[in-house]
Amino acid sequence: MDQTPPTQIEHAHMLFPDGMQLECGFRLAPVRVAYRTYGTLSAARDNAIVVCHALTGDQYLAETHPLTGKPGWWGRMVGPGLPIDTDRFFVICMNVLGGCMGSTGPRDARPDGPGEPWGTDFPPVTIRDMVRAQRLVIDALGISRLFAVIGGSMGGMQVLEWAATFPDMVFAAMPIATSPFHSAQNIAFNEVSRQAIFADPEWHGGRYWEQGAVPARGLAVARMMAHITYLSEEALTRKFGRRVRRDPYNQAGALSLFGEIFEVESYLRHQGSSFVRRFDANSYLTITRAMDYFDLGADHDGDPSRPFHGTRTRFCLVSFTSDWLFPTSQARLLARALNRAAANVSFVEIESDKGHDAFLLDEPDFDRTVRGFLSGAAEHARIG
Amino acid sequence: MRLDQRLIADMIRPGTRVLDIGSGDGALLDYLFRTRGCDARGIEIDMGEVTRSVAHGLPVMHGDADHDLAHYPDEAFDYVVLQRTLQAVERPREVLRQMLRIGRHAIVSFPNFGHWQLRLKLLTTGRMPMTTVWHTPWYQTPNIHPCTILDFLMLCREEGYVVEQWMAVDEVGERAPWRRSIRLANLFGEQALFLLRRRGH
Repeated sequence: MDQTPPTQIEHAHMLFPDGMQLECGFRLAPVRVAYRTYGTLSAARDNAIVVCHALTGDQYLAETHPLTGKPGWWGRMVGPGLPIDTDRFFVICMNVLGGCMGSTGPRDARPDGPGEPWGTDFPPVTIRDMVRAQRLVIDALGISRLFAVIGGSMGGMQVLEWAATFPDMVFAAMPIATSPFHSAQNIAFNEVSRQAIFADPEWHGGRYWEQGAVPARGLAVARMMAHITYLSEEALTRKFGRRVRRDPYNQAGALSLFGEIFEVESYLRHQGSSFVRRFDANSYLTITRAMDYFDLGADHDGDPSRPFHGTRTRFCLVSFTSDWLFPTSQARLLARALNRAAANVSFVEIESDKGHDAFLLDEPDFDRTVRGFLSGAAEHARIG
Repeated sequence: MRLDQRLIADMIRPGTRVLDIGSGDGALLDYLFRTRGCDARGIEIDMGEVTRSVAHGLPVMHGDADHDLAHYPDEAFDYVVLQRTLQAVERPREVLRQMLRIGRHAIVSFPNFGHWQLRLKLLTTGRMPMTTVWHTPWYQTPNIHPCTILDFLMLCREEGYVVEQWMAVDEVGERAPWRRSIRLANLFGEQALFLLRRRGH
C-alpha cells in the first residue's frame, strides 16, 4: 500500500490569530478555517446557507476536488437551479476543526514546538467546537443570521449544534440522517476503526511523520469497515452480489485460497486505498472522537429537548429507510425531542435501499424535500 | 380544499398556532398560512403525503394521533384539528384528552354513524350498512370506533369539554339546515364538526 503522506496544498481560508477557547478548556490559537463559497451574498446578507460536511468530507462541496480530481461531494445537490440553488442562496462550506483539508488540525505545526505537528497531542475537539470555529468565519463575513444550516451524518450533528448553541442565528435547520447523540453501536464502530489504525506498524505511537510514513493499512481498514456501515445489504447485493474476479495481484493462481476475490472485496480495497491518499490518520481519530462525544442532552440531564426550548428555528429532519447507522428510530427520538420543545418540525423518512449514504446519492424524493423545505422557509423568512 | 375544511378554517382565529392531525395533502395548512397568517403545522401517517407536503414547503411530520401527541408540551397550540379521523384511532378518548392538553381548543370532525340511512339499512337488511360515507366492508374498514353525534356529545359531557360550536354537514361539506336540533342532526347529518375547549379555560 502507498506509504507516501497525502499531498498538502494551499486551501482558501481565514486565519484567526486569537483563536478560540475549546470546550476542553484549552485555548487553541491561531485557528485557521478553510472554506469555499458558492453563489452571491445578497445585499441584505440574508441568503446564506452553511452546509456542514460529514466525517470524511470537506469544503469542496460543489466543484472538482483539487487533490482527488473528483466532483464535489454534493455537486448533485448544490449549484445553479439545483435544490440548494446557488442562483438564489449563498452557500458556505467549511472544513471542520481537526480536519486535514486546510483547517487547523493534528497535522499542523503546534505553535509551542519547533515546527513539529500536533499529532495525537492535538486537543480533543467537540462538535460544538467545530461549530464555534465556523461561527468565526460567519461573523467575519458580516452575516448575523444564517438562512439555513444543512448537513448529513456528522454534518447533521453540526446542524443540531448550530441550532442549539446559536438559536437566533439559524432560521432553518436541516439535520439529515443523524441522531441526537452518537449511539453505543456507532461508538463501537468508531472504536474498531481506531484500533485498526493503532495496530498498523507504521503508526509509531501517532508520530508517523518522524519515520516519513503513514499508517496507510490501518487507515484503509478503518475506512473499509466504516464504508460497510454507510451502505446496506440491499445496496451491496445490487452492486456486487456474489460476483468474483481473478485477483491481479495474487501470483499463486486462481486455485489458491485467495486467487479469486469477490467484487465487493475489490471495491472495499479501492475505497480504502484511495482514502489514505487524502486523509490524515490523526484527523480521523480526532473527528471520530468528536462524534462519539456528541450528545445534545449531555448538559441537560440527558434531555435532548432542553437546548431547543423557545427556539424559533424551522427544522426539517430526514431519515432513510435502509440507513442502519443512523436509523429512523433515532431521527424519531430527535423529532419527539423537538416536539417537546414545541419547535416547528417537519420529519420525512425517504424510501431508499442505499443505506446511510443515500443522502449523497440520487434520491428524487429527497431532492424534492430539500428544495421544498428551503423554498417554504424562504417564504417565511421573506427572502427573495 | 374540501368545503368542510373551509368550515374548519372559519372556526380558527387569524395569527394563531394550529396543529392539524392527519393533514393529508396539506390543503388546510396551506390555506391557514396564506389567508390567516397562522403558524400551521401537520402530522400525517402516510409518508407519501408527508413528503409531498414538505416538498411544498409545509411543516409536516410523520406520525399519528395515537402515538405522537403525548410528546408535545401543554398548550403548545391554540387549535388542534382532527379531520374525519376520530373513528379510526386506537383510543379516541385518549386522543381527545391529548388534543385538549396540547391545544386550547380542539376541532374534531367525524362521520356520523347515527345517520338515518345507516339505521335503516341495519334494520331492513340485518347487515353492516354501507353508504357513500361508510363505504368499506366491515372486515376492511379502518374505522374501528364509529360513533353518533349523540355519543360524541355524551363523551364531551363526561370528559368536561365545553362545546363552543357544532354543526352537521353533508358529505361534500355543505352545512346542513338542522343545526338547531341535535336529534335531527344525528338523524340527517352525514358528518359532524365540533369546536371544543376544556371547562375552566
